[in-house]
Amino acid sequence: MSHSDQVSAPGAGTRTNPGREGSSPRQRPSSRSLLASELKQLFRRRRTQALLLALAAIPVMIAVVVRLSTAVPPGRGPAFLDRITQNGLFVGVTALIVAVPLFLPLTIGVVAGDTIAGEAGHGTLRYLLVAPAGRVRLLLVKYVGAVAFCVSAPLAVALAGAGIGAALFPVGPVTLLSGDVVEPGEALNRMLLIAAYQTVSLLGLSAIGLFLSTLTDVPVGAMAATIVLSVASQVMDQLPQLEWLHPWLFSHYWFGFADLLRQPIGWDSFTSNAMLQAGYIAVFGALAYGRFVSKDVLS
Amino acid sequence: MTSADRGAGLAIETTGLSKRFGHQLAVNSIDLAVPRGSVFGFLGPNGSGKTTTIRLMLGLAAATAGSVRVLGQDMPGKLDEVLPQVGALVEGPAFYPFLSGAANLHRFDAADRHASPGTRRARVAEALERVGLSHAARKKVRAYSMGMKQRLGIANALLSRRELLILDEPTNGLDPQGTREVRSLVRSLAADGATVFVSSHLLAEVEQICTHAAIMSAGRLVAQGPLAELRQAGTAQVRLITPDAGAASGVLVRFGMTPVVGHPDGADAVITSALDAAPEAIVAALVADGVRVRGFAVERGSLEDRFVALTGEGFDVAQ
Repeated sequence: MSHSDQVSAPGAGTRTNPGREGSSPRQRPSSRSLLASELKQLFRRRRTQALLLALAAIPVMIAVVVRLSTAVPPGRGPAFLDRITQNGLFVGVTALIVAVPLFLPLTIGVVAGDTIAGEAGHGTLRYLLVAPAGRVRLLLVKYVGAVAFCVSAPLAVALAGAGIGAALFPVGPVTLLSGDVVEPGEALNRMLLIAAYQTVSLLGLSAIGLFLSTLTDVPVGAMAATIVLSVASQVMDQLPQLEWLHPWLFSHYWFGFADLLRQPIGWDSFTSNAMLQAGYIAVFGALAYGRFVSKDVLS
Repeated sequence: MTSADRGAGLAIETTGLSKRFGHQLAVNSIDLAVPRGSVFGFLGPNGSGKTTTIRLMLGLAAATAGSVRVLGQDMPGKLDEVLPQVGALVEGPAFYPFLSGAANLHRFDAADRHASPGTRRARVAEALERVGLSHAARKKVRAYSMGMKQRLGIANALLSRRELLILDEPTNGLDPQGTREVRSLVRSLAADGATVFVSSHLLAEVEQICTHAAIMSAGRLVAQGPLAELRQAGTAQVRLITPDAGAASGVLVRFGMTPVVGHPDGADAVITSALDAAPEAIVAALVADGVRVRGFAVERGSLEDRFVALTGEGFDVAQ
């Protein structure tokens, strides 16, 4: 048996281990390794790829349905749906709007809820900490991973929308909400801007998911709680009785990207949204830190 | 000798270390002293607080009271300096099932910010080779057997050169051959100068590889020291086989012993007693009194006897 030969081979114990050669205390510790490992693991994972594929399927589905139907009555269905047949660039915009209330928060909930609880569930959290990854560093790396997903999720919708739109429909100059007409290149930029807006919109929810993820060893629990909160926030935003609360809800500006479709671009809602999300990152980041740094890791 | 001097010779030192979970005191004021360079067996029945103690040593959980020093530094205060020198297998191996064995090791090595990325590939390959997993390096851990996962867990502890290895039940799930391999691996690590702290409920394993041992029972440390001393601490027994039960008992009583006479096979009596005198003196006295000695043995307590005496018999372990 090769096993025993290798383990108990004479000299196995005296063989020099190259381990610490490059890691004398003087060498600058590398923090990038863990981040690179986290991003690679996140995006190479089948589940993440499936989530992004599902998001990319939204514009494809919309485009195919519109292409196969005879005529779309104006003013019905999601915004801009009736404009798609004239200009394929509207597929991406329509899909981004459709994805905001449920699909995007759903995928973010899965990724953010999994951050710490997923490691705990696998039992790998204890080995990361013993490595030692450092608790603060691990928390930061996990949040950056979630942010990277927040960037890629709307981007997947936008790019798939642009691709399928260009493939199935004519592409031409676009009339903005302000009445100005812009070239397709500029229209594409605007769509990417909307995707960026939605990335910012999801940062607060990601911080909430990260915090919830430090509370449990069961990733599904943290995921479900994050998704439920995203729905609850939107429901509360609809209740006039809670109007005083609306500006503080993390979902309050989720649909406020219409200003990006005017000439000149209005940045007010973008700024308000960014500040609100920054507040959520600060509060839930602090909560996650407080919880995780003192947590007994017994998983 | 000051306490600082003593501490310098210790790889692990706990003082009044306690951990409470709700109402249960999982670890109850233990003072553990693990000498540098020793192979230290950490014994105790399941649920006696071994793994919790290890979690406290590694800074995974916070102590309710008391302190831990590992490699001469306070834990968890100096965690970032201590842990790169410590390899650990805690409460069984745990891996990402969707990654290969090698990819899992890369991941954990990347988490150690002191480990050099330049040598990572070589170190992972060597660790895998050392536990005999080179052939399965590219296989997903999902497809590993329990024994293979255990080996991979040990490989993870060996990714860098370590001063101290903390191995919690390292032979769990291994077949007899794998168990032997782990034993020889532990010996080779100790020969390299590392301190190896092995927790186990398997006494035979500890007796074979350890130089020192400690015994836990219900959260308390009930014994610790060099293995030879632990064995000696159990009292030796005399076992005498003779047809002259009465005369023999008389001799033993003269030595201040309390003989117990039994007749297991009918013919000859088997007399047992705690040994309280020099065995040669007893034999001489027996022969002088005309006792027909058909068998005489002095039986030292095994570690198992000592373990059972301290922690209770069978399922009747202290809770």
